[in-house]
Amino acid sequence: MIAAIAIGVCAGIVAGLLGVGGGVLFVPGLVIFLGLGQHQAEATSLLAIVPVAIVGTVKQDDYGNVRRGDAIVMGLLSIVGAAAGVALANALSGTVLRVGFALLMVLVAVQLVRKAMSEPRDSSPPCPPHEGASRRNRPNAVDNA
Amino acid sequence: MDRGRTLKLATIGTAAGIFSGLFGVGGGSVIVPLLVLWLGYGPREATGTSLAAIVFIAAFAAGTQGAYGNVHVLDAVLIGVPAVGGVLIGTWLQQRMPTRSISLLFAVVLVASAVELLVR
Repeated sequence: MIAAIAIGVCAGIVAGLLGVGGGVLFVPGLVIFLGLGQHQAEATSLLAIVPVAIVGTVKQDDYGNVRRGDAIVMGLLSIVGAAAGVALANALSGTVLRVGFALLMVLVAVQLVRKAMSEPRDSSPPCPPHEGASRRNRPNAVDNA
Repeated sequence: MDRGRTLKLATIGTAAGIFSGLFGVGGGSVIVPLLVLWLGYGPREATGTSLAAIVFIAAFAAGTQGAYGNVHVLDAVLIGVPAVGGVLIGTWLQQRMPTRSISLLFAVVLVASAVELLVR
């Protein structure tokens, strides 16, 4: 249970840093530490993501990093895809899902390493906190590798 | 909002939705790179906007999974509440430090978890 709480905190930090829901850590955490099956872990992860994403959004909005119109369009138009994905997940066996999920994790890892390597070391210098509100106009320093 | 832009957003939303429903994730690993590559977002804006879209996506997908009876609410609370604290730390950190080393560390954690899932 302590391990589950720890992985929750880690997943939240990752969510805030990378703009993901944290599911990529929730799912293995639920399987490995709380003994859920792959289907139950995925479903439970989705519910846990909701409050994390809400709080993360509010904080990011304070920093001026949320384009609300775009987020609402993407969010509302995701409903068909989400329903299709859930139906597909429930049609597949737990083993197939688990292997697929592991591949997804490796792909995300590769993506992260490539992005990190393409970034110049000084691309994101620490800024004093009072500059937070003007971050919206910050030039985009990361090249789109 | 012009049509091409809306179409791109719709495509990103649909792809993220499928990913989210299929794998129980928010879909951010699809959304963030596509916002940067297709719509010219900066990295912080991409992560902020991604989180906002994930609120809807995860809610839809969780609701659908709930209909299948797969959601364990207590476990979600156990792992989700500490994560809310974590996301406050993560967004705070993101505004103040280079993300390179964190990205690399996260990659290592992911690969280790993937191996753990596969050998079970």
